[in-house]
Amino acid sequence: MSVAQQTSVAEGKVPWKQPPRRNGRWAGYFHLLTARMLELKREPEVVFWVFVFPLLLALGLGIAFRNKPGDASSVAIVAGAGAQDAEALLQRSPRHASFKIEVRDGEAARKGFRLGKYDLVIEPDGGGGLRYRYDPGRPESVLARAEVDDALQTAAGRKDVVATAIVTSSEPGSRYIDFMIPGLLGMNLMNSGMWGIGFALVDMRQRKLLKRFVGTPMRRGDFLLALMSSRLVLMVIEIGLLLTLGVIVFHMRVVGSLFAILLLGSAGAMCFGGVGLLTASRAQKIESVSGLMNLVMMPMWIFSGVFFSYERFPAVIQPLIKALPLTALNDALRATILEGTPLMHQWPRLLVMFLWGGVSFVLALKWFRWT
Amino acid sequence: MAVAIQCRDLRKTYDGKVEAVRGLNLEIQTGECFGLLGPNGAGKTTTIEILEGLLEPTSGEVSILGHSWRENAREMREWLGISLQETRLSEKLSVRETVELFASFYREPRSCDEVLEQLQLMEKADAWVGKLSGGQRQRLAVATALVCNPKILFLDEPTTGLDPQSRRQLWDIIREFQRAGGTVLLTTHYMDEAERLCDRLAIVDHGEIIAAGSPADLIERLGGHHVVEFAVSAKTKTKTKTTGNSEGAELAAWRGLPSVESVREDDGMVALSVKEPHLTIPALLDAVGKQGSELQHLTTRQASLEDVFVRLTGRHLREE
Repeated sequence: MSVAQQTSVAEGKVPWKQPPRRNGRWAGYFHLLTARMLELKREPEVVFWVFVFPLLLALGLGIAFRNKPGDASSVAIVAGAGAQDAEALLQRSPRHASFKIEVRDGEAARKGFRLGKYDLVIEPDGGGGLRYRYDPGRPESVLARAEVDDALQTAAGRKDVVATAIVTSSEPGSRYIDFMIPGLLGMNLMNSGMWGIGFALVDMRQRKLLKRFVGTPMRRGDFLLALMSSRLVLMVIEIGLLLTLGVIVFHMRVVGSLFAILLLGSAGAMCFGGVGLLTASRAQKIESVSGLMNLVMMPMWIFSGVFFSYERFPAVIQPLIKALPLTALNDALRATILEGTPLMHQWPRLLVMFLWGGVSFVLALKWFRWT
Repeated sequence: MAVAIQCRDLRKTYDGKVEAVRGLNLEIQTGECFGLLGPNGAGKTTTIEILEGLLEPTSGEVSILGHSWRENAREMREWLGISLQETRLSEKLSVRETVELFASFYREPRSCDEVLEQLQLMEKADAWVGKLSGGQRQRLAVATALVCNPKILFLDEPTTGLDPQSRRQLWDIIREFQRAGGTVLLTTHYMDEAERLCDRLAIVDHGEIIAAGSPADLIERLGGHHVVEFAVSAKTKTKTKTTGNSEGAELAAWRGLPSVESVREDDGMVALSVKEPHLTIPALLDAVGKQGSELQHLTTRQASLEDVFVRLTGRHLREE
């Protein structure tokens, strides 16, 4: 050793002159996290899919399903004898503003009805009577029939036997957008958690980078921890952006505390981080992990109440639906954001997330393939 | 000199059937540059990855600087610089960020700038890895190995696919490391690389060492430092190209020429391993003249490890 070093000094080549520096316990973790964040930042696709896309989705859906003033029913009256009378009668009704009335010939009216342009078609039978054509399977059609019938009967002079009064209530908190934004938050946490961890891992495995890392004294736990932590950082940004959009554009009212929301977000991010880790624990190729991830996420896109309530599914499968991690996360987010339900009352949902995340994490560590 | 790397009766069987390594013994001294030379699929990568502690051997003992992977793997990793065959480092990180990342895993790494300087990557320090050429990437891979100030450097096919200039640059870096007292274990299927770089080497084929020693030793053992290759026109030869026996007999005839140590047929030519070409060649010309045939081709050259390999296995190193 010393001989070799002397020769190199004699040749004027001292390959390393600076004294070695010392790294602390967390240097590796810190660098892994920094590297991960830098990589994400430099990947424009990631920025788009994680941050911009959910915002666009929320904006688009929020506008499409915004509460129209009065939510007018669209009604077609088939031209012919009696059509004018029916129209005049409806116009005289005090609630005429909630109807959009058009007089069309029979063919056009029925075609419009089929295409969803009209909620109801009124066909005068020529003898003073009216026939309603409506679809009992379409809620807005059912509604239009009831409203129109009521308006017509009242305008024609029907006397109500019970005195009733109405108070309208469309407070923020009960609109579709209020329902959707927490669901979107949940889905986004699932998507980016699964992809952010699963995809990244398989990619690194395929590139043999995992193997290269394992060839260093890097702590394997630090590596996984850094990957999970990067998800937490992103989660804060994801939640912040979507909630801000909801509050500013849609005047959403956030009832629960921001702290509780972030806590739920962390639980969700960790839960899906674990599931993502498990999904990616063995796969060698991006193609195979993509299929696996879609397989895992598909049921939750459908059943977990992202865009519509899962109450519509048969009662038999409700317990199964509630056992899905995304259902738990969505329900918890909705309860906290919209109603301010304390976290303590949500322990079954937190437990579901914890179990999914924890069990997945343990299994993933057991099966994980580093090389 | 202490033993840097030692393995005894190393075996690795994949899925219970494919025997990648079949009873390998190695003993590499500190300060040595040792090469595993062999064709693709010979078991070189499996061997080096077992020694690096990345693969579990099916059986056999490995000791690195007197320690076993079962005892204190984490501590041992502090001493080893590793460059795997084809690691694709993150494309969106800069060269410096990549080296800093690897440095952060070690207790006492070298200064990043110094390593970049040594590997001539300083001007690319802030460039993304994705923008580097093949040679620069390979140097970066070696930089991630050298930044930990290793005692032993493991390089798995470090120059495969590189242009000649990049290869020389890497050779210089490896020599520099060795001059400073480091131990190197590398695999290669380039015999010129093994000849120039390695103090000693082992030729591996089908998971076994078929010869080991210094490059000069191995060539010496071939029985001659020179190779005379020639082809004879088959003008007057009675066309009996039917049996291998007659060809074998014909080859054996050349064996009788003065100073010839061995004979083989190689790609339509006869190759003689020769100690003293100035004795062999006149006799060869005589013999050809007596046969009444004509020389179609005649060259002489220094024997190489390739000749050793062909002699031992009957195949060329680069044959697929």
